[in-house]
Amino acid sequence: MLLDALTLQLGYNAVLVTLGATALGVAAGTVGAFLYLRKRALVSDAISHATLPGLALAFLVAVALGGDGRALPLLMAGSALSAWAGLWCVGKLTRATRLSEDAAIGAVLSVFFGFGIVLLTVIQSLSAGRQAGLESFLLGATAGMLRADALVIAVGGALVLLAALALRRPFLMTAFDEGYARVQGIDTARLDLVLMTLVMAVTVVGLKIVGLILIVALLIIPAVAARFWSNHAPRVVLLSGLAGGLSGYLGAALSATAPDLPTGPIIVLIAFGLFALSLLAAPGRGVLAAALRHRRLQHRVHLRQGLLALAHGQPVYEALTRRMLRGAGLMRADGVPTDKGRAEAARVLLDESRWQALRRAEGLASLAARDDGLTRIDTILTPDQLADLDARMSLQEVR
Amino acid sequence: MSLELATRDGARIAEDLGRSPLALRGLTVSYGGEAAVFSTDMTVAPGAMTAIIGPNGAGKSTLLKAALGIVPSLAGQVTFWGQPLQTARARIAYVPQRASVDWDFPTQVLDVVIMGLYRELGIFRRLRARHIARAMDCLDRVGMRDFAERQIGQLSGGQQQRVFLARALAQEADLYLLDEPFAGVDAATEAAIIAVLKDLRDAGRTVVAVHHDLSTVETYFDRVFLLNRRPVAEGTVAAAFTQDTLQAAYGGRLNEGALVGTA
Repeated sequence: MLLDALTLQLGYNAVLVTLGATALGVAAGTVGAFLYLRKRALVSDAISHATLPGLALAFLVAVALGGDGRALPLLMAGSALSAWAGLWCVGKLTRATRLSEDAAIGAVLSVFFGFGIVLLTVIQSLSAGRQAGLESFLLGATAGMLRADALVIAVGGALVLLAALALRRPFLMTAFDEGYARVQGIDTARLDLVLMTLVMAVTVVGLKIVGLILIVALLIIPAVAARFWSNHAPRVVLLSGLAGGLSGYLGAALSATAPDLPTGPIIVLIAFGLFALSLLAAPGRGVLAAALRHRRLQHRVHLRQGLLALAHGQPVYEALTRRMLRGAGLMRADGVPTDKGRAEAARVLLDESRWQALRRAEGLASLAARDDGLTRIDTILTPDQLADLDARMSLQEVR
Repeated sequence: MSLELATRDGARIAEDLGRSPLALRGLTVSYGGEAAVFSTDMTVAPGAMTAIIGPNGAGKSTLLKAALGIVPSLAGQVTFWGQPLQTARARIAYVPQRASVDWDFPTQVLDVVIMGLYRELGIFRRLRARHIARAMDCLDRVGMRDFAERQIGQLSGGQQQRVFLARALAQEADLYLLDEPFAGVDAATEAAIIAVLKDLRDAGRTVVAVHHDLSTVETYFDRVFLLNRRPVAEGTVAAAFTQDTLQAAYGGRLNEGALVGTA
């Protein structure tokens, strides 16, 4: 069943939904990555919630004019307009008052959403509104998706994707260093507006599939997940787009395998799964990798300190150090070093005194900055330098 | 009027705005109703190294940012070689304060330097081998070639500052504006940066740096501009960097230790 869904053999509607969700995911992941790198992720929350009153008003206007209030392009246009209004309010509040952007976002988000809910309640009381099912746009509903709807989503997603990729250079420059970007002639205010417009377009395009509340997740989670895997901004953007697309594809396919499985929420859960996987397993920035690195460093420190103690004939008290020395066969249970332990200890002691000599050695002293207390000096110096150092050391002893 | 006299010297190209790489006339910048920089005139001499000095909160960084249009100015006129910023952009390189960016941003040293080529590359032009070679060359000039592939978060403060300077070098500009280039950097970096800046000056470029270490003004710079919200003095180090002008700029805030180097 799942295999059928993944290979797009689960019926016409499921195929439409899966293709649409994949396109949406790629677009949302890509635009979301730029938004996240610009540190404006929260704005997407304001934009998405601000679509609701426009959606409801568009429906009301269409019904009042005697048309079909459920036409997707019309609803999308309405929600885009009110998202614009919300965005304008956030910008105006931030610039004209001393309100910080997060406070402005909170205010705009709740007021617009509240107003939208009131309008939805009004619509429910109308005879024409009862069948409209506008509330399905909150969390998305894909059951009655039409071919035209899927086409709008795919084309919209593709356009957004192209625009975002075309502007990647100025986007990333502004995200890294806004002041410098401005001096280079980039109109950062207008560029931010373009970015917000793309976010708005993704939101509006995604209304049908994931709904206006959950689109935020599809914008932000892929980007955050991708950040774990790369330290290179263009790659973060690429991975984020892939993660978004994968979430859309897997989520839509999975939800098609059983009746009543909601598409939008499942897509978001898949995205979260990718995030959790990245958080744990990513090399470098992942939690496990960091823990492993810490443990390895701790062991090296303990081993070295233990060996130095043995070299100086001092007793070793710390439990972890004792365990490590014994585990490596360097020390007996009663604290007496083995032959191997003695040899190792002598080597570490020599290493230590070489490092000390290096700090006083003319011409070589700059290399002493590489001393982290763990690195072996013979991995830093060339054999010639080492011989030179040893010669100086023996000279000092003679004196 | 004694203040006015102190700013006069032979090298000053009086009111010749057309030659001055950066000239301010009556520049006023305000943050929330309070003037951070008030009615300031400044005429940067071409081919020289000028230090902008003044106490904390004197508006030194603000002055640069306003001149470059990063923060809006309330009043005043800014010209570069007698022209507005828009037409002169390609000839101006800016090195912002190191602390002004997030160094955990996912980017590598070479990518940052390549940002200096934006005016050439624009949005669509392809990055070619010669661009990369030029960026590497700039890294070489600040002694950072070996760090090209490093993630910027792994750099020390001094190394970060050198990368910023390399990015500015990549622009091959005629005017270099630096905001506190020596703040929080090690001695080796400071020496490396000043050497690069002096090379630029000797090649006929103009360097203007916001500077806070009074003890190095005389060895590093040719000219000074003293600011404390209003302009205090402007001219060669010998003429404008004196006990009197410093007292006027810093007032009671100037401690004895800082004055030692200037006596």
